[in-house]
Amino acid sequence: MKGLYVSPSPHRASDNSTAKVMLMVIIALMPAAMAGCVFFGPRAALIMAVCVVSCVVFEALCRIVMKKEQTVSDLSAIVTGLLFGMNLPATAPVYVAVIGSFVAIVIVKQLFGGIGQNFANPAIAARIVVMLSFTSQMSGWVKPYWYSDFVDAETSATPLAAEWLTFSENGANYKMAPFTLGEMFFGETGGCIGETCAAALIAGGIFLMIVKVISPATPVAFIGSFAVLTFIYTGSPVETLYGVLAGGLMIGAFFMATDYATTPITTKGKIIFGIGCGVITFVIRTFGSYPEGVSFSILIMNLLTPYIDKLTRTVPFGAKKAERSGN
Amino acid sequence: MNKLNGIKLRHDKGTKDCETAEFPLPKSVIVPMSQHMGAPCECIVQKGDTVTLGQKIGDTDAFMSAPIHSPVSGTVTDITDFLLANGASCKAVEITSDGNQTVCPDIAPPEITDRQSLIAAVRESGLTGLGGAGFPTHIKLNYDTVKTPVDTLIINGAECEPYITSDYREMIESPTDIIEGILLVQKYLGIPLCKVCIEDNKPEAIKLLQAKTEDMNSIDVIPLKSSYPQGAEKVIVYSATGRIVAEGELPVHQGAMVMNISTVASIYRYSRTGMPLVSRRITVAGDAVTKNAGNYFVPIGTRVSEILEFCGATEAKKVLYGGPMMGICLYDTDQPIIKNNNAVLAFKEGKMPETTACIRCGKCVRTCPFNLMPLAIESAYKAGDVEELKRLKVMLCMNCGCCSYACPAHRPLAEINQLAKTLIPRK
Repeated sequence: MKGLYVSPSPHRASDNSTAKVMLMVIIALMPAAMAGCVFFGPRAALIMAVCVVSCVVFEALCRIVMKKEQTVSDLSAIVTGLLFGMNLPATAPVYVAVIGSFVAIVIVKQLFGGIGQNFANPAIAARIVVMLSFTSQMSGWVKPYWYSDFVDAETSATPLAAEWLTFSENGANYKMAPFTLGEMFFGETGGCIGETCAAALIAGGIFLMIVKVISPATPVAFIGSFAVLTFIYTGSPVETLYGVLAGGLMIGAFFMATDYATTPITTKGKIIFGIGCGVITFVIRTFGSYPEGVSFSILIMNLLTPYIDKLTRTVPFGAKKAERSGN
Repeated sequence: MNKLNGIKLRHDKGTKDCETAEFPLPKSVIVPMSQHMGAPCECIVQKGDTVTLGQKIGDTDAFMSAPIHSPVSGTVTDITDFLLANGASCKAVEITSDGNQTVCPDIAPPEITDRQSLIAAVRESGLTGLGGAGFPTHIKLNYDTVKTPVDTLIINGAECEPYITSDYREMIESPTDIIEGILLVQKYLGIPLCKVCIEDNKPEAIKLLQAKTEDMNSIDVIPLKSSYPQGAEKVIVYSATGRIVAEGELPVHQGAMVMNISTVASIYRYSRTGMPLVSRRITVAGDAVTKNAGNYFVPIGTRVSEILEFCGATEAKKVLYGGPMMGICLYDTDQPIIKNNNAVLAFKEGKMPETTACIRCGKCVRTCPFNLMPLAIESAYKAGDVEELKRLKVMLCMNCGCCSYACPAHRPLAEINQLAKTLIPRK
């Protein structure tokens, strides 16, 4: 009998694939993306669609130009597009969405070798680039449900930029948050399309943990360290919870700081990464000139990931310690 | 319970209720002189010789080896150079059967009175580990009782590979042989405790052996979690005793000896009959098997092509010795059954999924029983960085295949680990 296949073991593979992993992430992002559409209307859907389509087109073109195998079917460009779109305000101009997608896919991802090879999270890097380059176009925060008429829409500060009301009564000073914690949790605040609804983002994150696409280590370390520092600094549980629910912390902790390519491999590494993100976010939000620090914190930790990886290698079972030197 | 990383596999043990049948005697057999880990045997018969069942046809003075006996009675029709499925080559004896299975007159139950006579008898039986690695059993028994005393005999009945049920059938069909074999080894080697380890997907076997050993204080039958590769030597030592067999050590360095459950039963059978290892139980299964899937006593040297024909699997695209995780592909079905084959699996589909780029998900690290980092090993291998490969302890890899299995990008990580090992100079 001839014509047999011969290959090294194992002869069985799991039915997992990169596309399946990416599909899980897309499913997990859906509740928050839909919440964004509810709060910010059809234009939110348009912006996300533009980002997804541009990312897919840029990915396909890049692979053609670079004469590499086509990778569009792994769905990673859709994840990047969706995440980037969710990180834009609904009022962002379409050309900003396209430019950001170009930065994410072409510059950050494909020029460094494509999926798995990029050193920074493409959506984060693109968000930072458009935020710094198109600051005024990126600041059109509107109140939820005012989408029927963007021109006349009442603008709203984001929870992090809004002033807390202070007043004194009977000699004691009180502070009042500009949004209730309920509004913060369900996302009825100004902000980027996909970042305001903490409830939907947490649901998506828990889904990804259940299907074992992400580990709880990074989100817990990130949110936990930020919360602890904020609580120590403010002494107020309300302010702490407010800070945790505000801005890009939830989408960052569950969906951007858990990106495989740009974060550490081992649990120990993920915890260090998460704590680093939490600390940097706290420092920028509290002492920096920007109201928000999540994207900078993740970008900085992305850059440190190769070193964290090196320092947090696993200890092989039964490895002799004397020989385990030189790391 | 002590638990190392691993993977959950579909069991596919559809042949578990197939009682072992005698495989029809083949017209001729081809018996390679290397069927075990270690030195090949010298052929001690010549072309044209008449041989009887159980007659010794290969032996050597080399320490690490086990003699080989004729699985049929008949005539030696050829002695050729033979390329084995694992890539090694050796002499092979072709014997044409006379159909009578005339037993060699020298065969008689051995006299076993002490440790040395047990070891000598086991050597004469030609027994090697029946679970897969083919380690000569008498060498395993002949450990240094002063430097590495053994207090626990671990009987490996994990059978964690999918499809294979030959050890399971041994447990169901001959539990007494297993227990008598254990008592024999314990008695002459002075091992106080025996742990019979069976994966919990075989509850009937666990129940049966527990019932048979109820009044024996020295034998514990313990269920292990069904998780691949539970039956790997270092894994089962850790699961059963919590002891870590370190880099460069054997289980005896941790006071444990691991023996396959069919091997220990074979020791007892040899002690009763004196019939050496000339046939063994194998499982025939896989999706290309159209009829007669099951368990068979097959003479050593039976060509796989005869088994495939008997089981209607001639259309197979991939044929394996052993299980789908660690089995070896046959390039040619004229290969014979040798001592360490526990299964012949035949599959309709031979291709593996396309490989895509590593996405650094870390699944390979999280599934590795030994906490190795296959993705880092792959990078170091590609860079030819030998020092890095040493730091990553690639030599510890046992090629269980969990990393390759779990990889969503279907990268051949286990294969790369084996290639990487060859870059590290041997001391």
